[in-house]
Amino acid sequence: MKQLVEFIAKSLVDNTDVVSVTEVDSGHEVVYQIRVADEDMGRIIGKQGRIAKAIRTVTKAAATKKGVKVQVEILE
Amino acid sequence: MKSVEIIARSVEDAIEEGLAKLETTKDEVDVSVLEEGTKGIFGFLGSKQAKVRIERRPTINWKCIISKNYIVELLDKMDIPATLTVNVQDEENILMDLKGDNLGLLIGRRGQTLDALQYLVSTVANREGGEWARVIVDIEGYRARREETLKALARRLGSKVRGTGRRVALDPMTALERRIVHSELQDIQGIETHSEGRDPFRRVIILPKK
Repeated sequence: MKQLVEFIAKSLVDNTDVVSVTEVDSGHEVVYQIRVADEDMGRIIGKQGRIAKAIRTVTKAAATKKGVKVQVEILE
Repeated sequence: MKSVEIIARSVEDAIEEGLAKLETTKDEVDVSVLEEGTKGIFGFLGSKQAKVRIERRPTINWKCIISKNYIVELLDKMDIPATLTVNVQDEENILMDLKGDNLGLLIGRRGQTLDALQYLVSTVANREGGEWARVIVDIEGYRARREETLKALARRLGSKVRGTGRRVALDPMTALERRIVHSELQDIQGIETHSEGRDPFRRVIILPKK
């Protein structure tokens, strides 16, 4: 799952080498925190958050298949 | 691979080698000659090799390859096996169809997941610029079926509005889905349609014509 989030994030930004995804397991769900370069924030969030929403939707579909609950956060 | 730099005996040789490496043809690339190269005396004394840089143009064919590779890798990371057919439909549309077992998960509620996949792959395919290419991702004809459902819904609600004289608001839909509803009802007498609200909550309103 972490690999999936990382792959999606890297596919969208210019500075792929500074993309980091942290996995935080709170017991009942796993939170994936994405960090990207400041100048790539627009690329990962998109107009009206459309890209961020698409990342969440796709990640949640993959999680459903594995039977886990996930959240995706984009951190500044 | 987006571009290569090739050193060879002549400019022609370098171009040929580069095109083979990129697996493409001359009309899909920009070639810049970095060094002309010279034959020299007797073919070796003072000879200098040629150097060219070959860069792919963001054509629809290239975007089609990017889209395919992207979805293949994405599905692999999602652990969802599927077979993929990708075609360039015309100058601005790339059609991708997925087949496999239990792909309902990839469609999602009212096609939400499918739309998300489509949005991501379109964004990635168009990153390099060039003419905007629309990538349409479908799963075993889901979009065609959904279109029929929407048309039937539109006609049913259209005659209801005509009968009762009261306006009806549909559920929020994507721009593509709203367009299907609008065009299905545009020639029907006595009613008109427009959209209200902001995405993602924008919805079609059917109302009696004044």
